[in-house]
Amino acid sequence: MFDITLATWQILVIKIIVILTVVPVGALVGGYAEHKVMAHLQHRLGPMYPGGFHGWATTLADGIKFLYKEDIIPAAADRKVFSLAPAAIMVPIIMTYLVIPIDRALIVEDLDVGIFYLLAVGSLSTIGLLMAGWSSANKYALIGALRSAAQLIAYELPIVLAAVVVAMLAGSLSLIDIVETQNWPFAIWPPGIGFIAFLLFTVGAVAEMTRVPFDMPVAESEIITGPFTEYSGMRYIFAHMFAEMGHMVAFGGIGATLFLGGYQPIVPIPFLDFIPGVIWFSAKTMFMIFLFLWIRPTFPRVREDQLQKFAWKFLIPVGLALVLVTGAWVLYV
Amino acid sequence: MAKVGSPSEERAGARGRVPSRHPEEGAAGAEGRFKTEEMILNVGPQHPATHGVFRLLATIDGEVLIDADPVIGYMHRGYEKLVEQRDYRQITNLVSRMDWLSGINNELPLALAVEKLMEIEVPPRAQYLRVILCEMNRILNHLMFFASFGAELGAITPTFYAFREREDIQRVMEATTGGRMHFGFFRPGGIKEDVPEGFVEGALAGVRQVIDRLPDYENLLVGNEIFKQRTIDIGILEEEAAYSYGVSGPIARGSGITMDVRKDEPYLVYDQFDFDVQSAPNGDCFDRFWVLIREVGESARIVEQAIEGLPPGPIMGKVPRVIQAPEGEVYVRCENPLGELGMYLVSDGDRRPYRLKIRTPSYSNVSALSYVLKNTYVSDMIAILGSFFFVLGDIDR
Repeated sequence: MFDITLATWQILVIKIIVILTVVPVGALVGGYAEHKVMAHLQHRLGPMYPGGFHGWATTLADGIKFLYKEDIIPAAADRKVFSLAPAAIMVPIIMTYLVIPIDRALIVEDLDVGIFYLLAVGSLSTIGLLMAGWSSANKYALIGALRSAAQLIAYELPIVLAAVVVAMLAGSLSLIDIVETQNWPFAIWPPGIGFIAFLLFTVGAVAEMTRVPFDMPVAESEIITGPFTEYSGMRYIFAHMFAEMGHMVAFGGIGATLFLGGYQPIVPIPFLDFIPGVIWFSAKTMFMIFLFLWIRPTFPRVREDQLQKFAWKFLIPVGLALVLVTGAWVLYV
Repeated sequence: MAKVGSPSEERAGARGRVPSRHPEEGAAGAEGRFKTEEMILNVGPQHPATHGVFRLLATIDGEVLIDADPVIGYMHRGYEKLVEQRDYRQITNLVSRMDWLSGINNELPLALAVEKLMEIEVPPRAQYLRVILCEMNRILNHLMFFASFGAELGAITPTFYAFREREDIQRVMEATTGGRMHFGFFRPGGIKEDVPEGFVEGALAGVRQVIDRLPDYENLLVGNEIFKQRTIDIGILEEEAAYSYGVSGPIARGSGITMDVRKDEPYLVYDQFDFDVQSAPNGDCFDRFWVLIREVGESARIVEQAIEGLPPGPIMGKVPRVIQAPEGEVYVRCENPLGELGMYLVSDGDRRPYRLKIRTPSYSNVSALSYVLKNTYVSDMIAILGSFFFVLGDIDR
């Protein structure tokens, strides 16, 4: 057998390389999946030519196209903030990948406070959106930025409450521990509680990604992709497309980890163990991503005030009640 | 698939949850609202929700529209002047380009006006074919607005469904007239050519398809809870306001006015067909949309009946070689897909018209916009713009 000893910094470099590969590839695959899933739900084929087989290289070609585009910064824009904003959006999303366990041993860093870290880092990209909207010197961008800030704050809470439920059931904040305690996935067991938390999480995640039906902040037909109105070329890709796809894959992974049992088999039958955890995890992540993609062609857009009411008057009370019920379940059952 | 009920049935579930927003005293305009600095937002001329070069000067306070001032004229092409230099056959192709979503409907009043002045008898086969083509064009137009309204509210799927249905009918129209948007097919005295082989089967198959699938489409949007919340009690245009702004077509019928030139003053052979004038009482975005989508079904019914009763015979009346309308003036009005299209033709006996005044539906309809848009939210503005089915070329001519 090999016997490799690596210095800490070497391990760190390898981890960084892995993450910086996984995120863009995930985003590209997510983008392709979005093209194809939406197309087939809408009676069309979607991209068919790039790359030959069913247009598999579409998103790659898209990316190359955007590379060649001119990087335009409006004269009235605040140049520094404007150019920093895409990074401020992108980096927190990349950081969420650090704690998602792909398999028992395949995790960049198993933090004791995994969930807490996820939630904390996940809400950071709001700053980037505000930066983008404010520095663009564009009214549509400003409206979009304020909408997204309000929305992300409101929908952070249902996700937090759903995560609290999971943490209570697992008795740990570490994501590895959470996966290990899921003999049956939390979405199935305890009956009802886990499933409602799962729904809360899904709705919150869709809103956090600002996707239909909660895509008011970037509503194309109203405020023309909101904070990103003035962006072009690679900056646009990083701020919007890449971020959205990266976000989606990350949320898919988080959902799979928290509610679907991560790298564990979906049902606790011993012979299913021969399937490696990586495959279980990927399948569950893809299922989550499909859920997110499925929602988009189905619904119209919710208005900003309706969206806020839905969060504060419905989702959050439900989440709070759910925390109470979970407490009772953990104590007495 | 469940049938969709009347507007009031459909609304029953959603009523009461959505704040009523009368333009004057709505929730958005209520007292005690948190006031911020007013800002002018320039919507358009290039904006995805304006379907062209329509501009809206919106004064906004946060997300609330205090005032909206539509600015039109970015697409003025001077058709009313251009037609004075051209003879009647050439004009057909000009007016066809006014409302580019319903080209053949624009050609109709011109042909009717010239025929009235010259006292030309149009053979029944030509009249029936005119009805069929006009109604198929109406379906095309309405499906387009069905698609775009959905897209404006963020629902992208209706677009693709509508275009699939449009394509079947479009193909029949193309085989018949040679054009997909600007047909140039009606002539004073009749139509340009008889229909090709396979027209009857193709048209029947096309409209039957529409009739079959329409309930699904209705359910996709009308039955959707989010759609209801976005449209019910939004952008209310009351009956009196609709009258005073001269609104017509599906928008007026959405405000409870049962007005349809096809029924009120039947032209062509419309009095021989059995169809209903769809109308809804509340005058909000939902009702306008509901009327629009219901009219697709009515048009499909008319096409079916007209094809069944299609008589044989010539397609051109007795028309002199040079079309020269005698001195006189005539006003003809037709039911365009978007409302009442009127043409006032004054002739001095020349081969060209002395003056052709065109009353286009979109022009009158958008005049009601600033009234409806007052004290609504920015997001509702898009819903309202989408529900005021207008075509820019029809506004500016």
